[in-house]
Amino acid sequence: MDGTGHTTLAEWSVEDDAAFEAAVREFAGQQELGYIGTVPDGPGKATHVRALPRDADMVILRRPIAGG
Amino acid sequence: MQGASSTLPELASVPWREPTDAAWLRRWGRVWHAWTLLYTVPFLAAAVGMVWLDPLATPVALAALAHAWIIPELYAFRGASTVRPKGPRNEAAEPVAQGLLGDLLGHEERDLQRDTGLALERGSLGIWLVGEGGALLVIPGGRRVHCFCVGTTEPELPPSDRIAHLLLALRQDEVGFATVANHAFAGAHWRVRRRLPKAMRPALEAARSADG
Repeated sequence: MDGTGHTTLAEWSVEDDAAFEAAVREFAGQQELGYIGTVPDGPGKATHVRALPRDADMVILRRPIAGG
Repeated sequence: MQGASSTLPELASVPWREPTDAAWLRRWGRVWHAWTLLYTVPFLAAAVGMVWLDPLATPVALAALAHAWIIPELYAFRGASTVRPKGPRNEAAEPVAQGLLGDLLGHEERDLQRDTGLALERGSLGIWLVGEGGALLVIPGGRRVHCFCVGTTEPELPPSDRIAHLLLALRQDEVGFATVANHAFAGAHWRVRRRLPKAMRPALEAARSADG
């Protein structure tokens, strides 16, 4: 984790196929660990993604929640 | 967006639960209200009746009055406890974890969270106050508060990370979030406020103001 509280796992761009493929593999690996992909969608909104969206600015991985 | 879903994936773990939507909240708000009357009024009536029948029964009447006061307080305490700080503090990692949470919140909400430990989030069901292991929902009108017990499946995360993960889930699917969470209490805001730690009370006031 860096000083901002984020850990960058992968970076990609729409044009860079190799970087995107690497990001897809990283995303799949994190899903296997139980993380859930979330795309911030403007103020107060977020979308759950099962596959890494190529055009997303950022995907945040979160842990599952459960009733306590 | 490819592979996108507006439904919280955690709902798969509670398939038997009815969606906790506005109608559900209204219904259970009334149920909790009726339940409070049911366990309070008989004690009050018994206390009055005993003194009326025989003033010597005053000590027993006082005990009945104490029951009428203590039982609702215990329920409210249970509700307020959903957002009390709990679990490891991770003091070394917490300042860094504040970075992620801070990025998810607006300026005012960030300040409020740092002061009170609760993150204010406006939703369609009302105003949420998300804590480390639970959330309060101030329903429109600000008079009633629903208390939910909910947390991440990784309780050893720093407190701010736990809040951030809950906030992201809430933003994905508000009704799904409320459905996955365990409903602990519903009652008047002043009952919850009295049982909140003092530092958290301004957050409840801010939620009520934000609603208005």
